[in-house]
Amino acid sequence: MSAFSAIGNDREVDQNEFTPGIEPQPTWCPGCGDFGVLKALKGAMAELGKDPEEVLLCTGIGCSGKLNSYFDSYGFHTIHGRSLPVARAAKLANSDLEVVAAGGDGDGYGIGGNHFMHTARENHDMTYIVFNNEVFGLTKGQTSPTSPQGHKSKTQPEGNAKAPIRPLSLGLTSGASYVARTAAVNPNQAKEILVEAMEHDGFSHVDFLTQCPTWNKDAKQYVPYVDIQDSDDYDFDVSDRREAQEMMHETEDALYEGTVLTGRYYVEEGRRSYQQEKRHRGSMPEQPLAERYFDDDAEWERSFDYIDRHK
Amino acid sequence: MTNDELIWRIAGGSGDGIDSTSQNFAKALMRSGLNVFTHRHYPSRIRGGHTYVEIRASDENVRSRGDGYNFLLSLGDSFARNPKEGAYYGEEEIKPLSENLDELREGGVIVYDSGLLDTDDIENFDERVEENNWHVYDLDLRGLAKEHGREIMRNTAGVGATAAIIGFDLDYIEELMADAMSGDILDANIDVLRDAYESVQEDYDVDAHDVSVPDGSHEEEQVLVSGSHGIAYGALDEGCRFISGYPMTPWTDVFTILTQLMPDVGGISEQVEDEIAAAALAVGASHAGVKAMSGSSGGGFALMSEPLGLAEMTETPLVLVESMRAGPSTGMPTKPEQADLEHVLYTSQGDSHRVVFAPSDPIECYEQTRKAFQVAWEYQIPVMVIYDQKLSGEYRNVPASFFDQEANPSLGSTLTEDEIAEAAHDEFGKFERFRHDPENGVSPRSIPGQKGGHFLATGNEHTPEGHISEDPDNRVNQMDRRLRKMRTIRADLDEDERQDTYGDADADFGLVSWGSQTGTVEEAVDRLNDSGYSVKALSVSEMAPFPERKVREFLDSVDEALVVEMSTTAQFRGHIQKETGDYGDLLSSLLKYNGNPFEPAEIVEAAEIEIEDRLDEPSSQTRLEPAAGD
Repeated sequence: MSAFSAIGNDREVDQNEFTPGIEPQPTWCPGCGDFGVLKALKGAMAELGKDPEEVLLCTGIGCSGKLNSYFDSYGFHTIHGRSLPVARAAKLANSDLEVVAAGGDGDGYGIGGNHFMHTARENHDMTYIVFNNEVFGLTKGQTSPTSPQGHKSKTQPEGNAKAPIRPLSLGLTSGASYVARTAAVNPNQAKEILVEAMEHDGFSHVDFLTQCPTWNKDAKQYVPYVDIQDSDDYDFDVSDRREAQEMMHETEDALYEGTVLTGRYYVEEGRRSYQQEKRHRGSMPEQPLAERYFDDDAEWERSFDYIDRHK
Repeated sequence: MTNDELIWRIAGGSGDGIDSTSQNFAKALMRSGLNVFTHRHYPSRIRGGHTYVEIRASDENVRSRGDGYNFLLSLGDSFARNPKEGAYYGEEEIKPLSENLDELREGGVIVYDSGLLDTDDIENFDERVEENNWHVYDLDLRGLAKEHGREIMRNTAGVGATAAIIGFDLDYIEELMADAMSGDILDANIDVLRDAYESVQEDYDVDAHDVSVPDGSHEEEQVLVSGSHGIAYGALDEGCRFISGYPMTPWTDVFTILTQLMPDVGGISEQVEDEIAAAALAVGASHAGVKAMSGSSGGGFALMSEPLGLAEMTETPLVLVESMRAGPSTGMPTKPEQADLEHVLYTSQGDSHRVVFAPSDPIECYEQTRKAFQVAWEYQIPVMVIYDQKLSGEYRNVPASFFDQEANPSLGSTLTEDEIAEAAHDEFGKFERFRHDPENGVSPRSIPGQKGGHFLATGNEHTPEGHISEDPDNRVNQMDRRLRKMRTIRADLDEDERQDTYGDADADFGLVSWGSQTGTVEEAVDRLNDSGYSVKALSVSEMAPFPERKVREFLDSVDEALVVEMSTTAQFRGHIQKETGDYGDLLSSLLKYNGNPFEPAEIVEAAEIEIEDRLDEPSSQTRLEPAAGD
């Protein structure tokens, strides 16, 4: 028996397997977009045939951080903004795991912005879902990095003086090799995009628009939305960085004017993921590192092998 | 004592190869049968700026740099000449000579590179030479090196001259050179070495002074290692295969050693965006089943307090190294201090617990790092290894056979899939990762990918299954269990013979120290006892859980104790008093915080003042602070 026999199970998986039967019902508000993420993620996992026990879901803090309380797999609810460094190390430690990280817009683009930039640049083979509702939810409605300029809250009573982060452009510029935006109000597209993102061999950044009916009432609820891949008005090559960039700018400008564009913006094939790049350079073993500790035949080099240089 | 020991100081500019030259020479002395100890002094600068390395070599045990030195090889600061006029402040050019004279012992030897240095620029040089009976060799080392094609070889010329003056066999040096280089470069270096050697023998009477290389012999082969090597090799032997970090002096030593070795042993090293990420990566890798380590120095460790707490709450095994330098804030990047003790003991929010080891020499660095991994993986708790810039960079010889130990890649209390199948699951079939009831506090642990073991790890308070919970009963159960783990660790560590004492067992005056100052204190104890006092010392190398019983035994056996530490506020003394709740009247302090570690003579002087109840102030830049009751 392998040390990690949940991994690579080739069986039909029902999405209900990801529902923890015994847990309390989600504490998200009625109408919250986070339900949509949860549903899409379960559906995508089932479609990919992932065994819940080969999945590691790392979350940050906030409403989004509660995702793995309602999603039954191996989970790590980390600290605010830190889901990515925990997740990417887990993937390096055991490259056979399906690693997904999730956080909110404050978590992912604010306090964890530095980690986002670097994880994307390194192109770790994992999927990062950012619940983007343009507001801090769990701390009760403060302005977030994606809140529009002029947005009023208890921390910005005169209206937000800052221009919002442009998440798609930031993901692309930082080096993510898959960048997409989807919305909780479009569950079918969301599921498809998450399937693609997980299948993609590299860092997949999914900006997931989630409505916040409690704290962001004035903002649009992301309808009507346009699926750019389904519309004849938006013809561009998703593998072309410059065209993708232009399309992202258009999308990001339009969002605050009430037009919600969603879909795949950039898909870079053929670039080595970080794990592949490290293996290529000889700085990462072929075998998943974690397996060695359960392998009775593994050789453990001793300090005597390298103490010679000190003689 | 000049015949018993050689303390050779090589001085020059940063970037002039002082470090590598000294390491090779130290190795040559070690190979000749001597015990060696190196001390490195350098500025926070890449090129130029006064730097020196001292090598103390003796047939006797050497535990510290000693007091002063008896041989100066002054190479000059080659980078002080390069930039524009006035680019440096002060008299940078002559510093490798002028800055070093104060500590040169009477009757000592000076070799200086007359190709770079002019003694006319140094105030009262000739008078001082005469006064101190110094023996001066003005050699154009730079010119000699140039003759053979490469100016940089002036270091080699200096070593050749040294060998002639102290009567050291060139073979040891040539062998080491052959290990490090080959071809024309090797030939040129050997020519320079021999030329310098011969010209000194021809032009000078090398018997005119008492400075010579002592005779020594080792019973077995030795290796020259630093405290950082001890930590790195201890980690590797204990199965650490994941290191993540961000460069910061002096932690960088451990980080770079392990980074260089990881590919050879099938491990992974990650240099990441900041120290929060570094520690978080170690947590992530450990969670996924790999023995992982991270570390930093004071300022970087400050950023790690978040992931440190996360590891504790999620019961993820974690080893963090903290290599202290002088603070607060960026402080003095290349100078040692022991003032991060409280930072390491108490950082992180809530009633948080960790295990803290504080090794005092390279052997203990190795042993305690292994222990740190064992404790972390057995008890699922963060463990810290705290040491400092001094121990990080000083090299000592250790019997090579010491490193011939068994590897231990065991994941401690982590379960296999078979064990998970037999472990407790709740009524809904869910694995109880954080069970309330284990007597020793340690709940069973599974790893992502294992069948039947899935759970949620969270930094929030959680139920046995890992669900976030604010239930009061659950909270109390979990807090009590985590506290129980600490009690178990304390009891288990107490079973080992912790903390040796040193010196006269019957002495009623005690010296207490921790970490890198231990060797210096022991040397001071020897000197005090040789001159008729009766003194003993205790070195504490485990800070949490504190070896209370052993420390009490020691303190109960003396009338008075002087706590020696590199801190302004007597943090270590405070820690002893907090842990024992006692000894306010017994413990006085000797403090040093000028950026340099203690020298034995400073401790001897302070102990004499205390023992004789004198009211003198110490003559050196140290401070005596009386006991609270005095």
